[in-house]
Amino acid sequence: MNAMLTPANTAELVAAVCSTPRVIAVGAGTKPRLSAVNAVKLSTAKLSGMVEYEPSEFTFTALAGTPVREIAATLAARGQYLPFDPLWVDAGTTLGGTVASGVSGPGRFRFGGLRDFILGMQFMDGAGRLLRLGGKVVKNAAGFDVPKFLVGSLGRFGVLVETTFKVFPQPASRVTLTLDASDPESAVNILTAAANSRWELDALDGLPDGKSIALRLGGPATALESPAREILSRWLGRVLSAEDANTLWLEMRECHWANNAAPLLKVALSSGAVVPFARSVSALSGARLHLSADGNVAFVSLAAAEQAATLHENLRAHGLSGVTLRGDAPLWLGARTHFQISQAAKAALDAEKRFPGLDD
Amino acid sequence: MSAAVLQPLTALLPPERLLVRPEQLAAYESDGLTAFRQRPLAVAIPETTEEVIAIVRCCHAAKLPFVARGSGTSLSGGSLPVAGGIVIALNRLNKILKLDPAQRVAVVQTGVINTHVTLAAAPHGSHFAPDPSSQSICTIGGNVAFNSGGAHCLKYGMTSNHVLGMKAVLATGEVVEWGGPSRETVGPDWCGLFTGNEGLFGIALEFTLQLLPKAECFHTVLAGYKTLEQAGDAVSAVVASGLLPGAIEIMDAFALEAAVAAVHADYPPGCEAVLIVELEGPREVVAVDRVRLDEIIAASKPIEARPARDAEERLAIWKGRKSAFSAVGRLSPDFLVQDGVVPRRKLGEALRRIGEMSREAGIRVANVFHAGDGNLHPLILFNGREQGELERAEALAGKILKMCVAMGGSLTGEHGLGVEKRAYLPDMFNAEEIDCMKRLRAAFDPLGIANPGKMFPGTEAPALTQHGLHPLEEAGVISRE
Repeated sequence: MNAMLTPANTAELVAAVCSTPRVIAVGAGTKPRLSAVNAVKLSTAKLSGMVEYEPSEFTFTALAGTPVREIAATLAARGQYLPFDPLWVDAGTTLGGTVASGVSGPGRFRFGGLRDFILGMQFMDGAGRLLRLGGKVVKNAAGFDVPKFLVGSLGRFGVLVETTFKVFPQPASRVTLTLDASDPESAVNILTAAANSRWELDALDGLPDGKSIALRLGGPATALESPAREILSRWLGRVLSAEDANTLWLEMRECHWANNAAPLLKVALSSGAVVPFARSVSALSGARLHLSADGNVAFVSLAAAEQAATLHENLRAHGLSGVTLRGDAPLWLGARTHFQISQAAKAALDAEKRFPGLDD
Repeated sequence: MSAAVLQPLTALLPPERLLVRPEQLAAYESDGLTAFRQRPLAVAIPETTEEVIAIVRCCHAAKLPFVARGSGTSLSGGSLPVAGGIVIALNRLNKILKLDPAQRVAVVQTGVINTHVTLAAAPHGSHFAPDPSSQSICTIGGNVAFNSGGAHCLKYGMTSNHVLGMKAVLATGEVVEWGGPSRETVGPDWCGLFTGNEGLFGIALEFTLQLLPKAECFHTVLAGYKTLEQAGDAVSAVVASGLLPGAIEIMDAFALEAAVAAVHADYPPGCEAVLIVELEGPREVVAVDRVRLDEIIAASKPIEARPARDAEERLAIWKGRKSAFSAVGRLSPDFLVQDGVVPRRKLGEALRRIGEMSREAGIRVANVFHAGDGNLHPLILFNGREQGELERAEALAGKILKMCVAMGGSLTGEHGLGVEKRAYLPDMFNAEEIDCMKRLRAAFDPLGIANPGKMFPGTEAPALTQHGLHPLEEAGVISRE
């Protein structure tokens, strides 16, 4: 199916959704595997722009097709940012795509992931109804939290139209250090100790080179020198220059470290599972691993599509699960449980089966 | 008739854990929303998750409505019993199953008390962030069901932001497990959907909770102002400065007066409002930020600003703040508390209008609120013994709620809709949005047996007859906030 629907307003969106029995929204295509399914593509490109931004409220609302790059620039002009640190910003990722994929970057370590900053959303269901759930203020407990449910739902329940987020003031400055960690055991020791420290780190990642930890401090410039010294008195490492730090985080954020031609996956992990998991990835020739947020998230870049089957088995053996973001591999890898409620909730939100199921 | 309905339950529980006598049921008739009461058919007291699952399956088979109850502190009537239904009291499922300091997670049963998680984590330097004012007795299960908040939500989020995994029995009897120790999820966020379901999906049995390292250092300032507006302006100035305080709270004159009377709190003389701002973080960061905060506060022209000089002074500031509610409550035979949210920049206008509405109605209203996130807590005082006073208090409460929604805010920041605010759901969501939520509810509970009559308007109404403080409130153990 090559046809691409490109609605530019609500009326066109209703018409587009109802024009075909099976449809899926796409943004900038930075995670193409998520929408690689038999359905007509509906581009959110023309549903773009910031709808509301109240810096004094720490909130904004933007249309799903808005490039995150634009949002980040608007926020930065007022000294604010998205603390969950979205990925593929320079590559053009959209806000809707970021929500639907449920991916967060290294900065999620400090205050939480995307799900922790989404306040409300408007989405269109399979019957062409425009529904707004959640709220637009930083605190709200009214009604079911459907917005959170749709984080990571891959557009399988509706088309995201508009989302409201909480934002935070940006730290005045940042300092990045890299520490030496030659094997997974020493990496986990550093990650665990640093995560439980008094420093309140901004980011804490195991880098894809497999032998270093990157650690970022955020706050007033004069307050960062002494923690940085304290960290280097404990572990072997160095403070990066501002330029090197920018290069490093850009590489992580845009996944430049990953192999472009083969599958890239996200795996939900915890520090206790890092060592066996890292060993299983290093057993795959040429595969690389970026451990993010103190080992709570792993991004795995395979060297070849065939490695997906082995990775799937390894994940299953460890009770872990992952999702393929790009490349030729099954959408879901590792452990998966199927509850009856999954089917019932799908039927409740998408009775028309207008959108593909999670297993399609 | 009732005996027949309960017959299958008698096979599951010994008589001392299946209460049916009126004097046994009386204690369960009401929760933190004392204006409502309803006697249940029976109260089941399971001791294991297996028993809870069996009871729910039994209810499903018999189409018997059930209401899960923790410590019964819901302020929206969330655990108010249903006529012809049973209460499932979960307090005995109170084990902390696992504490993993390295990964900073705890696995707990649903009836574990909020502060017990933090107490268990404290020796490892971590804590459970959600801190509703009833935290010394409320249960995690209740916190999750109603997505409870507290004083630190702007920075750390609500309960939902701290639930990583759960095991639950749905109203269909299906047992599900979602998430786990990872702070990341793969696929739709089921824990996010379940949190805040108000007991309409089923009963959560176990949770994996995220713990956070305890901040190394605090800096707490109390500032007194001539007017509430000035205090509100100071909040705006703090927020605009780029600081991210852990808590920003305001108390109005009425609340101050009550706190002085109740716990001999000491406030700058002549102030009509008190602002409390607390910074927290590594000592180096707090050292820099406090200088800025002190400058901002000084520029906001308070009558007096009092930074806490030590941990003892900090605790005294919080004691006055946390006692304010029960203190005001003691000035009146009855009260209603609400928790509507307005955009922060509209706080001043909201408070002015609440003052006007209060004068018009001739009903006293005290205000103590989480200013950092625009979460109001108007305390509406009335005497339930006077004919029509409760109805007038409820009418005022309704006007305040509608104002919050009209200002772009929310009906509830942390208490949930429950019975109390269900009639206002259509003020915030349109018919199609409510239908969508009802379909979702039906997916989890096709028979409508899990906590029916809550959240959605137009369902059977419970009795509205009561007055007086909650017994624990009278004892000063809890406060409604």
